[in-house]
Amino acid sequence: MEKFTTLTGIAAPMPLVNIDTDMIIPKQFLKTIARTGLGKNLFDEMRFTQDGAEIPDFVLNKPAYRKAEILVAGDNFGCGSSREHAPWALLDFGIRAVVSTSFADIFFNNCFKNGILPIVLPPEAVATLMADAQKGANARMSVDLAAQTVTSSDGQVFHFEVDAFKKHCLLNGLDDIGLTLEKVSAIDTFETQATQSRPWV
Amino acid sequence: MIGPKTLYDKIWDAHVVSTSDDGTCLLYIDRHLVHEVTSPQAFEGLRLAGRKVRAPEKTIAVPDHNVPTTLDRVSGVIANEESRIQVDALDKNARDFGVVYYPVSDVRQGIVHIVGPEQGWTLPGMTVVCGDSHTATHGAFGALAHGIGTSEVEHVLATQTLIQKKSKNMKVEITGHLRPGVTAKDITLSVIGATGTAGGTGYVIEYCGTAIEDLSMEGRMTVCNMAIEGGARAGLIAPDEKTFAYVMGRPHAPKGAQWEAALAWWKTLKTDADAQFDKVVTLRGEDIAPVVTWGTSPEDVLPITGTVPAATDFAGGKVEAAERSLAYMDLTPGMKLTDIKIDTVFIGSCTNGRIEDLRAAAAILKGKKIKPGLRAMVVPGSGLVRAQAEEEGLAQIFLDAGMEWRLAGCSMCLAMNPDQLAPGERCAATSNRNFEGRQGRGGRTHLMSPAMAAAAAITGHLTDVREMM
Repeated sequence: MEKFTTLTGIAAPMPLVNIDTDMIIPKQFLKTIARTGLGKNLFDEMRFTQDGAEIPDFVLNKPAYRKAEILVAGDNFGCGSSREHAPWALLDFGIRAVVSTSFADIFFNNCFKNGILPIVLPPEAVATLMADAQKGANARMSVDLAAQTVTSSDGQVFHFEVDAFKKHCLLNGLDDIGLTLEKVSAIDTFETQATQSRPWV
Repeated sequence: MIGPKTLYDKIWDAHVVSTSDDGTCLLYIDRHLVHEVTSPQAFEGLRLAGRKVRAPEKTIAVPDHNVPTTLDRVSGVIANEESRIQVDALDKNARDFGVVYYPVSDVRQGIVHIVGPEQGWTLPGMTVVCGDSHTATHGAFGALAHGIGTSEVEHVLATQTLIQKKSKNMKVEITGHLRPGVTAKDITLSVIGATGTAGGTGYVIEYCGTAIEDLSMEGRMTVCNMAIEGGARAGLIAPDEKTFAYVMGRPHAPKGAQWEAALAWWKTLKTDADAQFDKVVTLRGEDIAPVVTWGTSPEDVLPITGTVPAATDFAGGKVEAAERSLAYMDLTPGMKLTDIKIDTVFIGSCTNGRIEDLRAAAAILKGKKIKPGLRAMVVPGSGLVRAQAEEEGLAQIFLDAGMEWRLAGCSMCLAMNPDQLAPGERCAATSNRNFEGRQGRGGRTHLMSPAMAAAAAITGHLTDVREMM
């Protein structure tokens, strides 16, 4: 996994609430057996007409936001399915951070496994950053994971909370299977005990 | 932890392998269910790292999302190349890694969340995960069950554990009793309507109350299935005599002395009297009506007697979302929900593809014909549900009514196989999501119970099933 330390980039505003995983990556693109190449289909049905033409009004099709690296989104971003194709598509497009008031649980976890930082901030802070993102390409936002801050283009700093373990893994680009396998003796012990106490499992 | 515990606390505590200083836990996973869409990258990851599946005997794989449901699939060839590649990949991965497998050709094949309980893999007190958000279904047995992403699928395959932080406890109590014509689907949709799709975020829900106790296991699975639509990590229901009776004798349920030992533990799996919940939601069973969704979020729920709302009925970010939904659904504020005409009916899915769902639909459809010109399909949740429905004469009722009687799979719930809506096509569906494009690009979905979908099939418009009873 790629590390996430600091990021300064264009932020695209998506104020719609409840942006679901089916919007982020529609099911016809889940038939892949690879993790890469999904960026071209990110937000496919919002971004393209049925015959593949760009829908000019969609934010990521606007000249100012075509190279966005941050999304500022409405409440409950990523609700719906467990498909990790959603963060894979965001990452493949170039999005490394998403700011919202809340995220759906599975999507939130999936982001951290892929080097994407989901940032939860209070409604007033998200509203300020949404307005900042709406200024276009000159408004570059900065994210500092170590300091746990988002800084708007005009220098307003917002502090965010992040789970210490998830932060550690993201800052260092750690593969958590490797970390867990360091505890394999604890798993062995648990399994031996469980086999006795709950032999039917 | 010490002191009174919730059911969630008890299952959690029984599965903690280790705890870090910051409260992050390594949680042992008793059952890992696998399907073809979210697993290929995980198995590939194992191969690349030279890792094995740690507990193949606790890993159960079945193809469901992509499989065709038409009778010609017995030829064994899936026409769509990408779908075929995914199913073939699962065949190969199951074989190479030695996990339990029900291939398309097996009568036990079906939707993973229907197969697990049916085969007795899902048992009270277990931790159950799957790379699918509707894993919450298994919570009906008093199991801690939730969806995970593909990276976590790989983690569980390699280590039989998950890195987790504990969620908060939420209680959803349905008091009293349901009125006639009101079902488990109406409970779960009404809860989401009341709490919103983010109302459960950060929580594990325990559903309780007399109206929940009244439900069959099938109904309880319907309720827990949609916990995720309310944003919760999982939903669960304390096991009781109905649970034990359902589990007993299933192929992978414990037998003999092990059954007795299991039963003794399972009977302790209930929330202590003075345990604390972080959030409580209470609905009166008598207040719940047959409901439908009007919009493109599962929280867009109204009683069938209602009218389409206006965007201005909402506040904040929901105004824009409601405007978008109304345009997408092509609905006019103020119109009666029962005036909404439909083109298609879909009865099936992990929410409502079990035998009791088919019985409820058949009870309404018996001796009737569907509206001429309507497309209606009934897709059983597993090969065994299909066989049972045929034995009970339900299949014949559907066929006589003019409906299609399909083979088992996820089908039009998410339309990864050929069962899809055309742009603008409107569907009465017993599935779980009414998102834009969910059942096919431009397709319009109204969620409801199997009985309500059956009623709509007869009239050709959304219908209050109570008028047909």
